[in-house]
Amino acid sequence: MAEVLLKGVSKSFGAHHALRDVTLHVEDGAFVVLLGPTGAGKTTTLRMVAGLDVPDQGEISIGGHSVDGLTPAQRDVTMVFQQYSLYPHLTVRDNLAFPLKSSLLNTPKAEIDRKIGEVAEVLQISHKLDNKSTALSGGEMQRVSIGRALVRQPSVYLMDEPLSSLDAKLRADLRIELKRIQASLGATFLYVTHDQVEAMTMATHVGVLDEGRLVQFGTPRELYENPVSIYAASRLGQPRINILPADVFGDAPARATSIGLRPEQIRQGEGQESQVMRIERLGDQTRLHLSFRNHDLITVTDPHTTLKPGDIIAIRPERPFYFDAAGTRIS
Amino acid sequence: MSFSVTEPSSRTKWFAGTLVILYAIITIMPLLWIVATGFKSPSDAIAYPPKVVFEPTMEGYVNLFTERTRATPEMLEEAGPPETWYDEIVREKGMVISGESRYGQRFLNSVIIGFGSTALCMLLGTAAAYAFSRFRVPLKDDLLFFILSTRMMPPIAVSIPIFLMFRQIGLNDTHLGMILLYTAVNLSLSVWLLKGFIDEIPVEYEEAALIDGYTRMQAFTKVVLPQAATGIASTAIFCLIFAWNEYAFAVLLTSGTAQTAPPFIPTIIGVGGKDWPAVAAGATIFLVPVMVFTILLRKHLLRGITFGAVRK
Repeated sequence: MAEVLLKGVSKSFGAHHALRDVTLHVEDGAFVVLLGPTGAGKTTTLRMVAGLDVPDQGEISIGGHSVDGLTPAQRDVTMVFQQYSLYPHLTVRDNLAFPLKSSLLNTPKAEIDRKIGEVAEVLQISHKLDNKSTALSGGEMQRVSIGRALVRQPSVYLMDEPLSSLDAKLRADLRIELKRIQASLGATFLYVTHDQVEAMTMATHVGVLDEGRLVQFGTPRELYENPVSIYAASRLGQPRINILPADVFGDAPARATSIGLRPEQIRQGEGQESQVMRIERLGDQTRLHLSFRNHDLITVTDPHTTLKPGDIIAIRPERPFYFDAAGTRIS
Repeated sequence: MSFSVTEPSSRTKWFAGTLVILYAIITIMPLLWIVATGFKSPSDAIAYPPKVVFEPTMEGYVNLFTERTRATPEMLEEAGPPETWYDEIVREKGMVISGESRYGQRFLNSVIIGFGSTALCMLLGTAAAYAFSRFRVPLKDDLLFFILSTRMMPPIAVSIPIFLMFRQIGLNDTHLGMILLYTAVNLSLSVWLLKGFIDEIPVEYEEAALIDGYTRMQAFTKVVLPQAATGIASTAIFCLIFAWNEYAFAVLLTSGTAQTAPPFIPTIIGVGGKDWPAVAAGATIFLVPVMVFTILLRKHLLRGITFGAVRK
């Protein structure tokens, strides 16, 4: 277990700037989730911590020591890849044993068997251990590759969207399982996802990346309740935050060009009139699509609402976010 | 009637089947001819119309492996009764065995040079292909084109300079010389083929192995090589077939110690009558190693030749 520190790290691939001056402190035992759309630099960050890519500038240290020039093996990290991670010529068992058999660890056979048994149990793949790894379904493959990371006790676990190819039920199970493992080991996790539920439920800290820049870093709550920009605010929240012209509800702070409203920042039943366009009943919540002065709004209402399309409902912003022309939060 | 896009109709199947069988007959005829001729007597071998049914004899094979001299009846009597079955066949023709022929040794030369150059070619080819596939090699495209360009003319076109070079540095009529030559000729094919196979193996596997605590070299041997086995096997067959069958360079550059079977087989025909059965026997035995090698690697070959069509 160790902390990870990135200091002023930049990386470009040709003309494309994958990371620009990123400084990130992953504390020992923290579960840090990196959020951002494809191309924001999440995977590049993991690859550089792992030692698969070398930063153009800046420094990376693990456990207080610079890892500059160290091979991935010497860094004592493990990584779950988004795809292509199982060795196709080996069985599931041999895939899980592979990291333990390296000359670095050279684990005794009994110990290997014990660890594989444990991990297979947790990931519900015990019955598949002697299958060829190519004979598995996508979800099973992904569980085995998570297993390959869990058999070791490295200083840092790196995970690149490990749950993205799993079905909803398994994803929910493994989310809890991974979090439990992380907490019980006190392990340091650096985890990439674009699934905000994973970010909200698992992370101790969330980092938001935008075109290679780390634009915000904090606890999931901080990020949700106090976003620094429209971009950061849009990363979290289901349904997404509504962005409207700042003056649509009347007076707005100077310089503000946009107002941001999460569903809970829209008070219903008082204020100005808007028209209900559509009702989406999701079971546990009901989404209300509103039209307010020709702007579309999505909010959440009582699951058992009697509203129907065409109805008029009064709404009023409550402690909204204001952003300037560049999308930066001003109040 | 049900209609399926993937399943061919029975008429198509019949047509395709007939075509394949016809093609098989055409290609297998010369082979059967050679094998049969090896067991014919010299007169049966040149009989016209050709004899399909004949009395088989081992004469061709005996002649292939032995040197014989004509003996007078007195000499034959002096030598006593024949000791072995092959002795007997030779005596019937009024000859005695005077020694072993050089076929065995020429055959061994073919084995050493053919398999030696194939092994060397695979070693160098796999290493070069891996480097071209994975590393940023300066002038990569130019180098690859340069390697390919060595095959843009028939290798024999450069036989004179090679002959002169070999004579100068003492590689004429040596095993090493022939191994190097065949390796050089085959290397372009093997680098290009193997690069294709290695390109197909996602680099993520090696990265995973690096993170799992292995060195680059270990990742290569434990992860890349097993997955490239199919490609290596099929490339090896191509290389072996070329080196095994090569005739022109062998005639030009070997005459004794390192002479391979192809230039030697025609010389078996003899100085007296034309000994076609012995030539056919020599050719038949010559076919065996490549056949065995190909059958052993057949499973890999079938998968390998389909290249990228295989599951990823």
